Amino acid sequence: MSTDIEKFKAGSPMASTLRMDRMPHIWCPGCGIGSEVNSFAEAVKRSGVDPKKIVVVSGIGCTGRVAGYVNFDSIHTTHGRAIPVATGIKLANPELTVVVFSGEGDLAGIGGNHLIHAARRNMDLVVICNNNFTYGMTGGQVTPTTPGSAVASTTPYGNYEYPFSLPLLMDAAGATYIARWTSLHSRNVTQSIEEALLRKGFSFIEVISPCPTLYLRRNRLGDGVDQLQNYQDNSILKHGADTRETAIDYQGKIVVGKFVEKSKPTYLEASDKCCIKLVGDDYQLYGKTIPEREAEEKAEKERIAARRAAMQAEPEAQEETAAEPAKAPAPKAAAPRAAKTKFQSKVMPAKQALAGTKKAPAKKTAAPARKAAAKPVKKAAAKAPARKAAPKAKVLAGTKKTAPKISAKTKAVAKPAPKKTRNSSSQSR
Amino acid sequence: MNTVAADPKGVDSGPHFMDGDHAIAEGGLAAGCRFFAGYPITPSTETAERFAERAPEVGAMFIQMEDEIASIAALIGAAWAGQKVMTVTCGPGFSLMVENLGLACMTETPMVIANVQRAGPSTGSPTLTAQQDMMQAKYGPHGDNAIIALCPDSPQECFDLTVEAFNLSEFYRVPVIILTDETVGHMHEKVVIPPADQIKVVPRNNYSGPADKCRPYKFDSQGGHPMVRAGDGYNFHITGLVHNEKGYPAATAEQGKIVVTHLMEKIAGNADKIIRLDEDQTDGADVVVVSYGITSRIAVKAIQDARKEGIKVGSLRLITIWPFCEKRIGELAGKAKAFVVPEINYGQMVKEVERCAGGRSKVISVNHCGGAVHDPQVILDAIRKANQ
Ligand SMILES: Cc1ncc(C[n+]2csc(CCOP(=O)(O)OP(=O)(O)O)c2C)c(N)n1
Ligand code: SF4
Ligand SMILES: [Mg+2]
Repeated sequence: MSTDIEKFKAGSPMASTLRMDRMPHIWCPGCGIGSEVNSFAEAVKRSGVDPKKIVVVSGIGCTGRVAGYVNFDSIHTTHGRAIPVATGIKLANPELTVVVFSGEGDLAGIGGNHLIHAARRNMDLVVICNNNFTYGMTGGQVTPTTPGSAVASTTPYGNYEYPFSLPLLMDAAGATYIARWTSLHSRNVTQSIEEALLRKGFSFIEVISPCPTLYLRRNRLGDGVDQLQNYQDNSILKHGADTRETAIDYQGKIVVGKFVEKSKPTYLEASDKCCIKLVGDDYQLYGKTIPEREAEEKAEKERIAARRAAMQAEPEAQEETAAEPAKAPAPKAAAPRAAKTKFQSKVMPAKQALAGTKKAPAKKTAAPARKAAAKPVKKAAAKAPARKAAPKAKVLAGTKKTAPKISAKTKAVAKPAPKKTRNSSSQSR
Repeated sequence: MNTVAADPKGVDSGPHFMDGDHAIAEGGLAAGCRFFAGYPITPSTETAERFAERAPEVGAMFIQMEDEIASIAALIGAAWAGQKVMTVTCGPGFSLMVENLGLACMTETPMVIANVQRAGPSTGSPTLTAQQDMMQAKYGPHGDNAIIALCPDSPQECFDLTVEAFNLSEFYRVPVIILTDETVGHMHEKVVIPPADQIKVVPRNNYSGPADKCRPYKFDSQGGHPMVRAGDGYNFHITGLVHNEKGYPAATAEQGKIVVTHLMEKIAGNADKIIRLDEDQTDGADVVVVSYGITSRIAVKAIQDARKEGIKVGSLRLITIWPFCEKRIGELAGKAKAFVVPEINYGQMVKEVERCAGGRSKVISVNHCGGAVHDPQVILDAIRKANQ
């Protein structure tokens, strides 16, 4: 093993959230998955949620490998089945915070039935969907989100199917938190994941991300950095957008933002309510009464708040918080569809954003996925600290600009709906 | 196997008049199962209904999932989150479960699945009985897997064997399948549920040692290795990929050999401890009737009639289907003139009997294409023929 990698392992700020004994990872240079994992790790840190109580579940695919690299309890399941496995975990131990991290083919293709039913039940899960418009792991076939006319290995003459818009699908199915970002918006991804970790109910976060090795190469769209430029040119920030207007055409506009945030009893809250009516106040699930569980939950929430406070007291964290965009108030469930103003997301230039990754990988992006898996890209992994540490400040500087706009706009249209459920205090913002 | 008394909360002690399906649910609750995820399908639905009805008072969780794929997937999640878990289905649903039955075998996840068999293939005859999924239980998932399967012949045994299924499942960390059939599932009989302190259950064994020594797996071909529970701070990883003892992917031929050998030998190597048979006059018998489930109760009539005719007939009832009782069949082969194997399928377990008899005794299949039980006369005729 090269010394580069050892140095990376020792010095990485991700050392506590990644399984360093599993580095280097299999992902190609310029792939969007790594930066999502960074955002996730950062979100976990900021959230104050006890890392011991987090479980990460993935399906199969390049994104499905996330479960194997994060240093939490983690399950790498079968193709498409991450959500029902996560459902089992959550219902078997409601104290756990369960995160599903997987690809769009896994979640919306083979696992589509589970996805819509978990949303329908408002199952208390955080679902992070890496949408790269392709079946990466198997070599770039068409997926349920591949835009029309895009070339895939199984649509060699262009895709003629109609793709899903995942926010619309999730909205229709009943998800209570829906956000979409691109790989360019790593700060926003972090913020959305953080919000999702702290709320109750089914949260769906879609991240449009580049697969340079297959989707970009096959469609002659350049490398990861070029795609980030596309995201910058074409992203339209629209919190509270009507999810019917979130479809993505081939290299077309990408509506991003937090589209839905509303409150409704989760599956477990609804089940508790039914059981307490039936059995009475001494109803117990797994030997614990509801007041006992609530007391534990309250105590945990206090610990989370304390951890958050401690984190914000750290000098580095403070700096980050200062630069963080003002929190956008939640769009109200029914009202804010009226938001019509178009907000161009003015983030920093894409080339700058990927400065860290660009150097290492550019040449390798053409390598097929299989090859990359067999020969772990040591260089890319070694570069990772640079990717994370260096451009962060720039990202922040970029997102800062958009911040006032976001809040000004959303404030005008929407206020968070008051939670009506018994566990309303769980909503941290 | 380390056992403790059952948690009285799940034990509805006393005499009952109930069907096999309900007895399976009661067996699960008595064994400490507190998580059930399922999907309705005749003739197994009553088990899910019973569990759903009882869950609130016992403090268990019941969820009807969107399909059988999701049901068994939820069991895997719930098992690693610390619960004892079960589901119930029959052929069409079992076919869907096969994918994650493989994952459960690979990840060594304890769970109990009851297959209340109905006549197939495909949608078949939903309300009619069969024993056609005997091979699917073992050979359903791709790759080499070993499971344990038990076959009750009465509602009482549905209860008893479900408790035993949980105990085996917890100890060997393997899915255990209750292979019953529509007739037993829907048959009402007296079921006596003992007091909780007389029901022995294997408690969930969760790892609690130092973090650096924590291993979700130990490839020693034995049971008894602890689970790791989500939330206990060990940051475990499990995967369906070939893995090392840490649970990390290690998909090589060498590691594949280690994992597969362990999975297979964990069961085959402990077959003597696992297998339970119910034998009657097999020693010195000229004809041995090998049967299981509802068919063994039909065979009783044929055996009695044959004995009246002076034929020396023994009965070997398979309570444990998988692992198969190779050794016992081998011992009887050559001593008995013939084995007679009635079963409600086109001839499945009879192949195992043939294999183990190794040509030293005749093996006569009394097959039935499902939808009803045998006419005892047909079995009697086979016994007569076997005795010639
Ligand atoms: C049942 C089943 N069918 C097919 C496959 C092959 N397969 C592995 S990953 C994958 C696609 C993954 O695509 P996606 O979820 O979009 O993840 P990505 O690789 O793009 O991150 C497929 C079809 C499989 N593992 N299991
Ligand atoms: S094949 Fe595509 S999705 Fe998979 S790691 Fe490479 S770039 Fe990422
Ligand atoms: Mg994909």
